[in-house]
Amino acid sequence: MLGPALAVFGLFSYWPLWRLIHYALYQQNQTGSRERYVGPSQIKDTLTSSAFTGGVETTLKYLLFSVPLGVVLGMALAMAAHRRLRGIKIFQTIFSSTIASSTAVAAVVFFTLVNPAIGYFRSVSWLDLNHPTSALFAISLSSIWQSLGLTFVIVSAGLQTVPEELIEAATLDGYGPLRRFFRITVPLLSPTLLFLGVVLSVQALQAYAQIEILTNGGPAGSTETLLFKITHLQQPASLGQGAAMSLGLFVLTMIVAFAQFLILDRRVHYGD
Amino acid sequence: MATDRSARRVRPADVGWYVLLTGLSVIVLFPVWMTIVRALANPSKSLLQTRPKLYPVDVQWDAFGKAFTAGNLGRPLIYSLAVTMLVVIGQTITSVLAAYAFAFLRFPLKRLLFALTVATLLLPIEVTLITNVRTFQSLGWVGTSQNPAQALGAMVLPFLATALGIFLVRQGFLGIPKDLRDAATLDGYGHLRFLWKVAVPVTRPIIGSFVLISFLGAYNQYVWPRQVITQTRNNTVQLALRAVAGQDLGHFNLPFASAIIAAFPVLILLIAFQRQLVRGLTAGAVKG
Repeated sequence: MLGPALAVFGLFSYWPLWRLIHYALYQQNQTGSRERYVGPSQIKDTLTSSAFTGGVETTLKYLLFSVPLGVVLGMALAMAAHRRLRGIKIFQTIFSSTIASSTAVAAVVFFTLVNPAIGYFRSVSWLDLNHPTSALFAISLSSIWQSLGLTFVIVSAGLQTVPEELIEAATLDGYGPLRRFFRITVPLLSPTLLFLGVVLSVQALQAYAQIEILTNGGPAGSTETLLFKITHLQQPASLGQGAAMSLGLFVLTMIVAFAQFLILDRRVHYGD
Repeated sequence: MATDRSARRVRPADVGWYVLLTGLSVIVLFPVWMTIVRALANPSKSLLQTRPKLYPVDVQWDAFGKAFTAGNLGRPLIYSLAVTMLVVIGQTITSVLAAYAFAFLRFPLKRLLFALTVATLLLPIEVTLITNVRTFQSLGWVGTSQNPAQALGAMVLPFLATALGIFLVRQGFLGIPKDLRDAATLDGYGHLRFLWKVAVPVTRPIIGSFVLISFLGAYNQYVWPRQVITQTRNNTVQLALRAVAGQDLGHFNLPFASAIIAAFPVLILLIAFQRQLVRGLTAGAVKG
């Protein structure tokens, strides 16, 4: 019964990981017909090269642009829609609707906003895709918008678990709305927010479609994330560097995804 | 119930909330509105504007039809749905089987194999991208002579099993009361019959949620198909959207119509199965 799953994991997870390590230690000739052992020095050289450190820097910047703002906006939507009102379902549906958008769809959608030729906000300087300092931020907005639906439903689910009596008791104790929010809601929501942060971080590390569609790495390589660089290092001669960088991405993913696993164990519950 | 109903009547004090919620809705939907504007506007006229308009200029309704005729979106759409169906069916079957083994069977190295299964969460396709591409290159499935079946194989095979699915279904199976298992054993149920007649029906909500997030993940794939699809005719819908950047001006409404069409299947799922989808998404996040 385990056979099929284990075969898939072996062939498409562990065997490729093994090959990554192999390629990282060997150098291929131009056609890939011969290889020679060069050892860990190739990994060291790649991971200290400006190509790698630049890629990591861009990737982490992207993460910092998209994750905190994404969490805050998702929370704002969830707090606004977490109340008993006539027709609240309509607003909840609208707020979760961006789930229907893939990263590629979101990139095309944001084309209409930030593209230098046709975008509605094309003359807004801090969203300028033609400028290295603003391009990455403009792309990250498409990620934030795309995951807004996911962020909203996750925070909303978290808010359901905050007992109303607690909020009412705090109100009777003279807690104002701000104090209730920071002293009760946020602490009780912290596992949810942590989970969300991890999920969005993994997505940020793997951002690709929006970058390729909106800037294709430009201007002047300023939006070339680690994954974007890796996809351009597949020729036999550059495979060693590509493999070493992939291992770098693996370590970054591991740091974030390990946290995800630790939280996942506690998060899975199906009551209703 | 009475309090509930009174809470649902609109009170004057609620007006502020409605204003806020409406404002937020406008912000969330504004990008969608601009995409609709771009899809409907006459491309050659709207591109000449010095300032982009908030409404479609010289409305042309044929963009959605043209996305299929001039834009050839039909083939990628069918192709995407085929890939998605195969991945969803494959993942569901392997997840249910593996979850059953991990939940109910005793066998050597069980803990190690479970650890190795969960550890694949640390090895997303993005990390093993270049060596997975080489696997399919060495099979001759990726290259200038790629036929549709080879493209389909390369897109589907790596995703026929997922640790997330195994993990979620196993959690469901572990929640089955022991009495139920004992009763089934007394009735002479073997493993397969217990799985099919008891375990799967009882955990149907969880499996249903997983099917939905599996659909979302498979349909929205971008980076992997981008690497292994080497012929335009084998494109998925998501890859077809890439053409927006190189679109000629006369057809500059098509990519936006295509994006709306591409989001449509997921939108339908979202509307039809909102509760189940949200449950799946909050249990284990999905990318795409």
